Amino acid sequence: MSADVKLESVWIRFGDFIAARDVNLHIKGGEFFTILGPSGCGKTTLLRAVSGFLTPSEGSVLIGGENMAGIGPNRRPTALIFQNLALFPLMTIWENITFSLEVKGVRKAQRKKRADELLELIALPGQGEKMVSELSGGQKQRVAIARALCAQPEVLLLDEPLSALDLKLRQHMRTELRSIQQRVGITFIYITHDQGEALTMSDHVAVMREGIIEQVSDGTTIYDEPDTAFVASFVGENNRFAGKVTNVTDSFAQVSTPEGLIRARCSKSPESKVKTGDDVYVFVRPESLRFVSGRLVDNQMKASVYHEEFEGNMWQVFLDISSTRKRVKMSYVNDGSIRSHSGEKDLPVGFSSEAAIVLPQGPLAAE
Amino acid sequence: MIQGRIQNFLVIGFVALFFAYLFGPLIVMGLTAFNTSGFPRVSPWDCFTVEWFDVLMQDARLVTGVRNSLLIGIGVVLLAVPIGLAGALMLMQIGPRLRPWLYTVTISPILVPGVVLGISTLLFWDRIGLMFGAEEDSIFYDGIFLTIVGQATFISAYAMLIFIARLQRFDPALEEAALDLGASHTQTFRKILLPFLRPAIGSAAVLAFLASFENYNTTIFTIVSSSTLTTVLASKVRYGIDPSISALAVSIVFLTLVGAVIFEISKRRETRRARSQMAVARGEETKVRKQRPFLTEPAFIMFVLIVVAGLGTVYFSGTVGVEECKIAVKEQRQAEIKRKIERRQQQQMFQSAVDTQSQSSSDQEDSKVTAKGTEGYQSVFSPGNLQGEIETQAEEEQPVKGTEGYQSVFSPGNLVSPSSDEPEEEKPVKGTEGYQNVFAPENLSNQVPAENSGN
Ligand SMILES: Nc1ncnc2c1ncn2[C@@H]1O[C@H](COP(=O)(O)OP(=O)(O)O)[C@@H](O)[C@H]1O
Ligand SMILES: [Mg+2]
Repeated sequence: MSADVKLESVWIRFGDFIAARDVNLHIKGGEFFTILGPSGCGKTTLLRAVSGFLTPSEGSVLIGGENMAGIGPNRRPTALIFQNLALFPLMTIWENITFSLEVKGVRKAQRKKRADELLELIALPGQGEKMVSELSGGQKQRVAIARALCAQPEVLLLDEPLSALDLKLRQHMRTELRSIQQRVGITFIYITHDQGEALTMSDHVAVMREGIIEQVSDGTTIYDEPDTAFVASFVGENNRFAGKVTNVTDSFAQVSTPEGLIRARCSKSPESKVKTGDDVYVFVRPESLRFVSGRLVDNQMKASVYHEEFEGNMWQVFLDISSTRKRVKMSYVNDGSIRSHSGEKDLPVGFSSEAAIVLPQGPLAAE
Repeated sequence: MIQGRIQNFLVIGFVALFFAYLFGPLIVMGLTAFNTSGFPRVSPWDCFTVEWFDVLMQDARLVTGVRNSLLIGIGVVLLAVPIGLAGALMLMQIGPRLRPWLYTVTISPILVPGVVLGISTLLFWDRIGLMFGAEEDSIFYDGIFLTIVGQATFISAYAMLIFIARLQRFDPALEEAALDLGASHTQTFRKILLPFLRPAIGSAAVLAFLASFENYNTTIFTIVSSSTLTTVLASKVRYGIDPSISALAVSIVFLTLVGAVIFEISKRRETRRARSQMAVARGEETKVRKQRPFLTEPAFIMFVLIVVAGLGTVYFSGTVGVEECKIAVKEQRQAEIKRKIERRQQQQMFQSAVDTQSQSSSDQEDSKVTAKGTEGYQSVFSPGNLQGEIETQAEEEQPVKGTEGYQSVFSPGNLVSPSSDEPEEEKPVKGTEGYQNVFAPENLSNQVPAENSGN
C-alpha cells in the first residue's frame, strides 16, 4: 500500500519568518522522493507539515488524494523517522518496535511475533530484549525504521536519518534503505543535505533553498541540467565563470568573461532563459575540463597547476587560469596513460560548449 | 611535612565540628529518651529506661495528633502532586511570553508567609460555607479538610518545581513520535510522559508529605479544633515537656532510617537487574538469579535482624532492673543532699551569728526576714540549692521531688510537702523554694504564724 502526496501552494510562516514559500510538489505513490537542501532551508518544516505536526499557513497537503487539513498526526497514514530518532528510552527494543500495535490494543504474544519478524528484516534477530541505550548508532537507526514500518504507513517520512552515522555505515545504510523501500513498496519521502545520498537513492529529487523548491527532477537531470545557479552550485562540484551574454543562438550563448569569450549551452527551463546583455554564470564540471594539447575545442584558456591530488582511480588537479589567477578544478579518470602535471605552467585547458551551461545570476550555495 | 599534618588535623577537626553541629542535638535528644529523669536531659544520667515510649503511646492527644498528621500528609500528597504536575505541564506548553507571568503566579504561595495562607484559607472556606449555608460540623469547618487544602496551596508549588526540573529534560520528539505512531494524546501521556516522570512523582510525593508533616504556621490556623503532631508538640512545649517527646523524635528518626534503607535496597536491586539484563542481552553466559521477593532479600533480612536484636537489647536492659536502679539513684542523691544540708546548716548558724551581731538594734524576726529575702533571690536559679533545703526533713518522697526542681511547679504533691515540715527548720526552706510555693495556701498558713510577717 502506498499513497501519493501532494503539496499545493504551501506557505509556512513563523511570525515574520517564512519557512516555506509557495511549495508545490507531487510525489507519486511508491517512489523514493528526496528533498535536498542546505541545513536550515526548511526541509524538516515541510516534512512536519506532511506528517501533521504543523499546519501550513496557506495551501493544502493531500495524501492519497485526501485533504489532510484538520487530521492529526496520529490519524495520518504517515510515519516519521525523526532526525534524532526519538526512540523511547524506557522501553526495550521490541516494545519500541511494536508501540504502534500496543496503542491499538494488540495482544502481547502477537506483538512479540511481529517484533521478531521486523527484527529479522532489519538484521537484528534476537535482540528484542535489549534497551535502546545498549545499541550502536546504526542499530538504533534500523530500530527506528522497523518501528515506523510496524505502523504500516502508506508514506514513510525520513528526516536525515543517516546524518549521525559514520561514512562507512552511511554508505551501507543507503543501499539498505533503498532495498527496504523496494521490498515494502511504500512511498518514501527522504530529507537530506547530502547530495550523494540524494543522487544514489532517489527516484526524484527536489532541491530546496530558503523555503523555495528550486528544481524537481530525477538525479541525472539535477546534476546535468540544473535549472538555477543555486542548484548548479549546490549539487556536485562546479567551476563558475561570471560574465555578460553577448550573443544568443537557438540553444547556445556567447558569454564574455574576464577569462575570455565562452560558448555554452542554455538551460532548457523557461525560467532560466537568457538574452543578450544578461549577467550570467557559466558552470563547468571539473570532469568536463580537459588538457587540450593541440586539439581544438570551443573554449580554451591557459592555466598553471598549483596543486594535484591522486586518488587512485581519479586525478584531482587544481589550476590557476593564467590571465586572471582564477582558480578552477579539473578531475579525470586514471586510465593508466597519465603522468603527473605537478608544477607545470601555462598548459592549454578547455571544455566543449555542450559541457558548459549558462544560467542567470542568482543566489549561490554557500561554499 | 608538619604543615601537611597540621592541615590534616584542621580538616579533620573541621569535619568533626561540622558533624557535631549537624548530629549533636539529635544524639543528645535521642539519649534523653532513655533516661529516667523526668526532664529531658543527659547529665546527670539516672537510669536507662524505655518507659518514655510507653508514656508516648499512652498520650492520647499525641497519638491523635500523629494520626491526623499522617492523614493530612496523605491528603496533601494526593492533592498537591496532581496539581503540581498539571501546573508544570501547562507552564511547559504555553508561549514564552506568558510563561514568566504564570510562573510567578503559581510560585507565589511559596513566598507568602504560611500564617497568611492559614488565615486566608480559614476565611475563604468560611465564606464558601456561609454561601452554601453549611452547618458548623460540615466539611467547610473541618480542621483536617481545611489543613489539607491550606497546605496544598504552597506544597503544590513545590511539587510543580520538581516536575518542571524533570520536564526540562524531556525530549518533546518522544511525544511526537508516539503520536505519529498512532497513539492518542491520553496514551502518549500515559505511556511516554508518565513513565518518564515517575521518579519526579516519587520525589514530589515524599517532599509533599514531609512538608505537610512538619508544617506549623499554616496548620495552627486551619486545624481549628483538631490537632496535628506539630500543634500538639507546640502546646506541650508551652506547658513543659518530658522525655516522651524525645521518644517520639527517636521513633521518627528510626522510621526515616528504615525508609531510607528500604529505598536504598530497592534501588540497588534495580541497578543489578538492569545490569544483568544488559549482560543477557549481550549474550553473555550469566547465571541470572531468579528475582527474589523483597522480603527474602539478604540485605533486608540482615537489616531486620539487626533492628530486632537492637530493639530487644534495648527493651530488656530498659525494663530489667530499672526499679532497682531508680532506688539506688535516689538513695545516692539523698546521701548527697544530706551532706549538702549539713554544710548549709553550719553556714546558716554562722550567718545568723553575724546577723545578730551587726544588726543588734533590729529584732530577731526582722533580721530573719532579711536573710530569707536574700537567700530566696540567690537560690532562685540554682536547683541544687533548692534540693538541699527541702530535703532536710525529708521523708522518702522529697528527694525525688527535689530533683525535679521547678518542673513540679504544678504537681500538687510538691505543694503539700512543706506543710509537713517542722516550723523551726522550715524557714530557710520556704525561703529558697521561693516563688514556687507562693500560691500554695498551706505555705501561707505556715508562714504567717511562724514569722508574723504576712509578706
Ligand atoms: N517552530 C519554529 N518557530 C520559528 N522558527 C522555526 C520553527 N521551526 C523552524 N524554524 C525556522 O525555520 C527554518 C527551517 O528550519 P528546518 O525546517 O528545521 O530546517 P532544515 O532544513 O535544516 O530541516 C530555520 O531557520 C528555523 O529557525
Ligand atoms: Mg532538519
